[in-house]
Amino acid sequence: MSMSYLELSDVGIEFDTNGEKFRALRNVNLKIQQGEFVSLIGHSGCGKSTVLNIIAGLHQATEGGVILQGKEVSDPGPDRAVVFQNHSLMPWLTVRENVELAVNQVFKSTKSKAERRDWVLHNLALVNMEHALDKLPGEISGGMKQRVGIARCLAMQPRVLLMDEPFGALDALTRAQLQDSLMKIQAELGNTVVMITHDVDEAVLLSDRIVMMTNGPAATIGKVLSVELERPRDRLDLAEDPTFVHLRQQVLEFLYAKKHDEGAAARPSLEAVPAASKHDGDDHTEAA
Amino acid sequence: MSESSTSAASRPLTIPFSLPKVRSVVETAVFPILGILCFLLLWQFGANRIDTSLGQFPGPVQVWEQVGNLAQEYQREQEKEVAFYERQEARNAKKLAANPDAEIKIRSYTGKPTYLDQIVTSLVTVAAGFFIANLVAIPLGLLCGLSSGFYRAMNPIIQIFKPVSPLAWLPLVTMVVSATYTAEDPFFEKSFLNSAITVALCCLWPTLINTTVGVAGIDRDLVNVSRVMSLSPLVHVRKIVLPAAVPMIFTGLRLSLATGWMVLIAAEMLAQNPGLGKFVWDEFQNGSSNSLGRIMVAVLTIGFIGFILDRLMLLVQRRVSWDKQAVLR
Repeated sequence: MSMSYLELSDVGIEFDTNGEKFRALRNVNLKIQQGEFVSLIGHSGCGKSTVLNIIAGLHQATEGGVILQGKEVSDPGPDRAVVFQNHSLMPWLTVRENVELAVNQVFKSTKSKAERRDWVLHNLALVNMEHALDKLPGEISGGMKQRVGIARCLAMQPRVLLMDEPFGALDALTRAQLQDSLMKIQAELGNTVVMITHDVDEAVLLSDRIVMMTNGPAATIGKVLSVELERPRDRLDLAEDPTFVHLRQQVLEFLYAKKHDEGAAARPSLEAVPAASKHDGDDHTEAA
Repeated sequence: MSESSTSAASRPLTIPFSLPKVRSVVETAVFPILGILCFLLLWQFGANRIDTSLGQFPGPVQVWEQVGNLAQEYQREQEKEVAFYERQEARNAKKLAANPDAEIKIRSYTGKPTYLDQIVTSLVTVAAGFFIANLVAIPLGLLCGLSSGFYRAMNPIIQIFKPVSPLAWLPLVTMVVSATYTAEDPFFEKSFLNSAITVALCCLWPTLINTTVGVAGIDRDLVNVSRVMSLSPLVHVRKIVLPAAVPMIFTGLRLSLATGWMVLIAAEMLAQNPGLGKFVWDEFQNGSSNSLGRIMVAVLTIGFIGFILDRLMLLVQRRVSWDKQAVLR
């Protein structure tokens, strides 16, 4: 069996909250190839963010483990940069300084001062933010902040780019713009991306594979869907593309049909909100 | 008539004072002045009715007289000082003229401290105490905020020493200072050290506690960003923890400075540090008919300086704070 680029093998996690054990994940198995774009989709509280945090090293799996290029992941590191939902820029640093902080940390011994400066500018140019170098995060819009957050992660040259509902807090128009930017950048740089989303269209549009998760507690991977759509993809052309519509249909079916049989029994209180519009702010702290 | 009124309405800018402007002037200036006037009237009225063994309680008018007296004393003392140095210079010049190798002595003037000197001493003492306190409180607060284990270890100590009055510390501080600070030619007066250390012991706590809360309350995501970037602990503290905690640290610093200034007066009274506290104590012991008026001048000075110190801290806070939208008051 060939070794995959990133592998989650039998990952499970149990949280200890006030002496009570809570099992969030069990038997999560996933193999991701280099340059692949994978999204994780599932209902709120199903542990998608926990999977991402385990890959990032921010949480330690209690069973199984994550292997990146043949080495087990134990700590957080810049090779697995995370784009958080709420941009997470340091509000006291300018756009340039925010990216600089990451660049200076990652390339302090491999790039000269001038090279690092150019690298910061290059990455901000990738996300079209070179016009706001000396603005503070409080002075730019939400979409711009998220662009800077992405630039900061790209600048670390991560082996895997992890995105935790990166566009969840943005309005639909801005979200579409950023999705297009992300597709362009990924086509150019060939990043390996793992993205969490609530948005079915986003998942189908961006991904090579969509990983659908069952509802928690003790969530796991329910179904993996391959998205066989030609790249570059155009959202307007795809809107009526039969493959796109079919894939979209399959994801929706998984999310809602599942809910009726086993999901409803496990979490009867979960109300049926369309997944596309569903979003909750503290998803990644759900199990803490 | 009607023509002029319509033209005025169509050109509102020609009206010199629009109504909202007048209202804002009333709110910002007239009300505070009214408040102060009412207070002065009540004070004068009340003071007339209080007879003490040192004469009638001073009203605003008598206090104002004492302000004049203190200013005059200051001027006289200054003149004396100038005269002293002139005499000394003349004496030395004469000596040198007679014998160029003569050893000349230059003594500094040691007159009685004026009111202004006492204010300066108090300010220097409180600054020293405040500085010592922050040297301890900010690093300790950082540690407490970063490590919950360290916080649990420190918490009982903080809770027990926080409410202790300066008067309880002072005798201990005095004894320790006189036992350990035994330099031949001391750079600091012992009374100065006693007061400063007492101030430090009392104004340590607000900064310590607020720094702890500020550091512990950093956005989890920012901490995660730092972990993903693998920042070293030092860079983490410098680039993320400290800036994030700055607003809370400053809240603590302002409370600390206010506490320190309040404590100082009591400490100076007992430690006999030549500042405002000693001035009050000396006037009280002096017991002349002017004493109460002079003490009242000191009371107002203390209050006014406390106010200025707080405003200064606010200015510094505005300067260093990254959140320019925050409403600071």
